[in-house]
Amino acid sequence: MGFTLEVKKPNLIVHFYGELDHHITEKARLSIDQKYLENDIKNIILDLSQLTLMDSSGIGLIMGRYKNVISKNGKIALISSNVYIDRLIKMSGLLKIINVYSNVDQAITNLER
Amino acid sequence: MDKNYMKLEFLSRSNNESFARVVVAAFASQLDPTLEELSDIKTAVSEAVTNAIIHGYEYGEGTVILEATIEDNVIEIVVIDKGKGIGDIKQAMEPFYTSKPDLERSGMGFTVMETFMDDLQVESEKDVGTKVIMRKKINRSIDKE
Ligand SMILES: Nc1ncnc2c1ncn2[C@@H]1O[C@H](COP(=O)(O)OP(=O)(O)O)[C@@H](O)[C@H]1O
Ligand SMILES: [Mg+2]
Repeated sequence: MGFTLEVKKPNLIVHFYGELDHHITEKARLSIDQKYLENDIKNIILDLSQLTLMDSSGIGLIMGRYKNVISKNGKIALISSNVYIDRLIKMSGLLKIINVYSNVDQAITNLER
Repeated sequence: MDKNYMKLEFLSRSNNESFARVVVAAFASQLDPTLEELSDIKTAVSEAVTNAIIHGYEYGEGTVILEATIEDNVIEIVVIDKGKGIGDIKQAMEPFYTSKPDLERSGMGFTVMETFMDDLQVESEKDVGTKVIMRKKINRSIDKE
């Protein structure tokens, strides 16, 4: 499938697997946005740590979710440990507005602050 | 390894994006690329093929042509669509420019191709189609000579 959703209120955690391209982002966007409508969800954690590849469609997906959480006063956090994906995230300028953590627990702790 | 060539045609469906990446990766493996080089090539191919599908054919049905040539330690990859074409190539290649922000495009596709490959050329004509040519030198194969 490419991704799974996990709810740990007020956080929606999306775990991605394998390769995140345009084909997967189109599906992921719909599922994430639908889940995000549920009560008491504010933040989105995008777990990219199990990805082996991501192209610029993934950047578009992150930017789009960023806009959504802003309107609900929430935050986005990224989990990444892959150098190739980090390079793309760096290129995109996303690091100026979104924090990257090395695991989900660390992200949750920081989002609580 | 002196010269080798492959050509593949497939329908402009988004599930063929991963297919195209796998094919090019398998073909490139004869140059014994590093994991980083392979990741660069796959990502660049993903960008070019995605563009053919969403911008060239705008999700309609069309044929995407993928060619790859290996000459010595250089791989050249060509992605062709006979779709909409690009009116202003210079603008299209600018970082963060996208004609489809509503589809959550980041406008980074050409920048990724340029950064991850050594060389990028774009040829396009409105209503005729687009041809993207990318080259990358695989360094490790020099040591094996
Ligand atoms: N194969 C193509 N056919 C027609 N237009 C294209 C093609 N590839 C790219 N373009 C144009 O160039 C722009 C920039 O492409 P790119 O850098 O990949 O960003 P994105 O795909 O995120 O829009 C696209 O928005 C589109 O207008
Ligand atoms: Mg693109």
